[in-house]
Amino acid sequence: MATPEVIREAVRSFDLAVDSVRELNQALHRDLDGGRVVVRNPGGGHAVAVGLDAPFEVEIEGHVGYYCAGMNKLATVRVRGNCGVGVAENMMSGVVVVEGSASQSAGASARGGLLVIHGDASARCGISLKGADIVVRGSIGHMGAFMAQKGALVVCGDAGESLGDSLYEARLYVRGSVAGLGADCVEKEMRREHAEQVRELLARAEVDDVDASEFRRYGSARRLYNFHVDNLGSY
Amino acid sequence: MAAVSNGWHPGLRESATFDRGAIAEIQRAAREGMYDIRGFGAKRPVPHFDDLLFLGASVSRYPLEGYRERCGTDVLIGARHAREPVKLDIPITIAGMSFGALSGPAKEALGRGATEVGTSTTTGDGGMTAEEREHSRELVYQLLPSRYGMNPDDLRRADAIEVVVGQGAKPGGGGMLLGQKISDRVAEMRDLPIGIDQRSACRHPDWTGPDDLEIKIEELREITDWRIPIYVKVGASRTYYDVALAVKAGADAIVLDGMQGGTAATQDVFIEHVGIPILAAIPQAVESLVELGMHREVQLIVSGGIRSGADVAKALALGADAVSIGTAALIALGDNAPEHDAEYRAIGSAAGYYDDYQAGRDPAGISTQEPDLAARLDPVEGGRRLANYLRTMTLEAQTLARACGKSHLHNLEPEDLVALTIEAAAMARVPLAGTTWIPGLVASP
Repeated sequence: MATPEVIREAVRSFDLAVDSVRELNQALHRDLDGGRVVVRNPGGGHAVAVGLDAPFEVEIEGHVGYYCAGMNKLATVRVRGNCGVGVAENMMSGVVVVEGSASQSAGASARGGLLVIHGDASARCGISLKGADIVVRGSIGHMGAFMAQKGALVVCGDAGESLGDSLYEARLYVRGSVAGLGADCVEKEMRREHAEQVRELLARAEVDDVDASEFRRYGSARRLYNFHVDNLGSY
Repeated sequence: MAAVSNGWHPGLRESATFDRGAIAEIQRAAREGMYDIRGFGAKRPVPHFDDLLFLGASVSRYPLEGYRERCGTDVLIGARHAREPVKLDIPITIAGMSFGALSGPAKEALGRGATEVGTSTTTGDGGMTAEEREHSRELVYQLLPSRYGMNPDDLRRADAIEVVVGQGAKPGGGGMLLGQKISDRVAEMRDLPIGIDQRSACRHPDWTGPDDLEIKIEELREITDWRIPIYVKVGASRTYYDVALAVKAGADAIVLDGMQGGTAATQDVFIEHVGIPILAAIPQAVESLVELGMHREVQLIVSGGIRSGADVAKALALGADAVSIGTAALIALGDNAPEHDAEYRAIGSAAGYYDDYQAGRDPAGISTQEPDLAARLDPVEGGRRLANYLRTMTLEAQTLARACGKSHLHNLEPEDLVALTIEAAAMARVPLAGTTWIPGLVASP
């Protein structure tokens, strides 16, 4: 017999071994009330749960391909597996949680909301970031936060080469080693408000085994904000 | 020998290689240590539609009566996959130009003019403004590498999506909106601080190459429930291959921009030395589409130097489904107008020469974010001028089509054309006038 909680909260289920991604997305676009949705057998499919615009709680039981939760608004999408390229690209709001690892361009140009990756993220994590926050429990590859404009990238592990290349106003926090900083990216003082921001993001990401005081902060030196020929060697 | 009053005398000989323009540019570069950034498109002479002529009807073909016998101009774009393709009354669309590069009133005027004659306009780098959505019946929303202002709500409000891979003025290049044009509103739309140079990336942040593009298009279709068409815009360079790959990736329409296509701010060296003329690109695109069995299934929209109904008719005769105008539309609004000549001269230019769109000091109030300058353009009057111009071009194209005996602009064909020069004959793949010779093609036995 169902518990009272289950009766109150109906769960819709999709099996992508049977249902198409299009059927899933169109159903999620039709219902603007949100609710709990379970997606089974994603099979590495692309564009799973994209363009959501309501407070859904989507649980994806397995690995997904490109652009999972792309342009997400309001919804919480949890992937119990790994993600292909561009998870949560251009996210506007909501939360996307990847329990495994993510391929390149995770959170590309995301403007709001929170992306949490419990494993590692590949190259260009947070590329062109425009206001969202990203927390990576593991490490990230090269060119992390390339041309990132706003928002924060918190990396609990290490960062690859050319971190923060051509960075604008996004804040980068790395706990481990940084293989190299990109053009115009410099280490900056970790003040109290920064530690507080890291602590708050780790709490929202439900990462509770990492100490916010162990992070170092990186940001833009703002030397390349306006073109000047004296900076030619940096371009 | 005595010099005449303007300083020139017959003994002076200008170098063809180091002409006055080349000398001035060397001197400027030596003085400033910086390449020249400007707007407008390529200014060098290249083979163009002027090098083609129509063969009017005579004994072997019969014409249609002007003003009496109908010559259709409508076009349907994007029916390959979309439930709601774009239906246009005329095959002349307004190209993507950003709010930021252009003022708010200029964007509104473009929407008003296009809507009045039943065609589409296009957003640009920087997102969709409320003004242009409100005043554009058909609005194409660009997905650009910078993703400035990209918003799924706007995506769902659009009538079509245009994935911009490149543009004719700078195939392979990104963009730059210089700090002087970054007003509070532009900065907010682009999520960047006020007053800094805004670089627009040359590659998309989340896809690279044709296989990724196919998946990106799939995502955009899923987000918009397969309702609206998805165009892919490329700058003309390796056109045969680019078109084939875009079609394979699932594009509903190809937007092909030749090297004469305009820009708001690009290095002069890029504008003048990268890409190929639209005349050379159209036949490559058509060949690609025909080989894939997709000609007229995937629509071809061409741009880059379209000025008149003759250019429209010739582009369509070569196999395009529609054309797009940018620079010409701005001129119709009032860009480079003689009444601003004194002010153009005050900032080192002149009416007919002005190309400093990057500087934001446009006396016509078009390529600026200065409120006082922008207020000079009345969007209602600008829209009316644009509509007049679009109607004129359409009438001109119909006139030429009727002369060739065609009851629809899309019935024009390469067989209606000849070339005035060997170069144009080779590029456009039509015979040199008075001959059967198409250079580069093996003559049939």
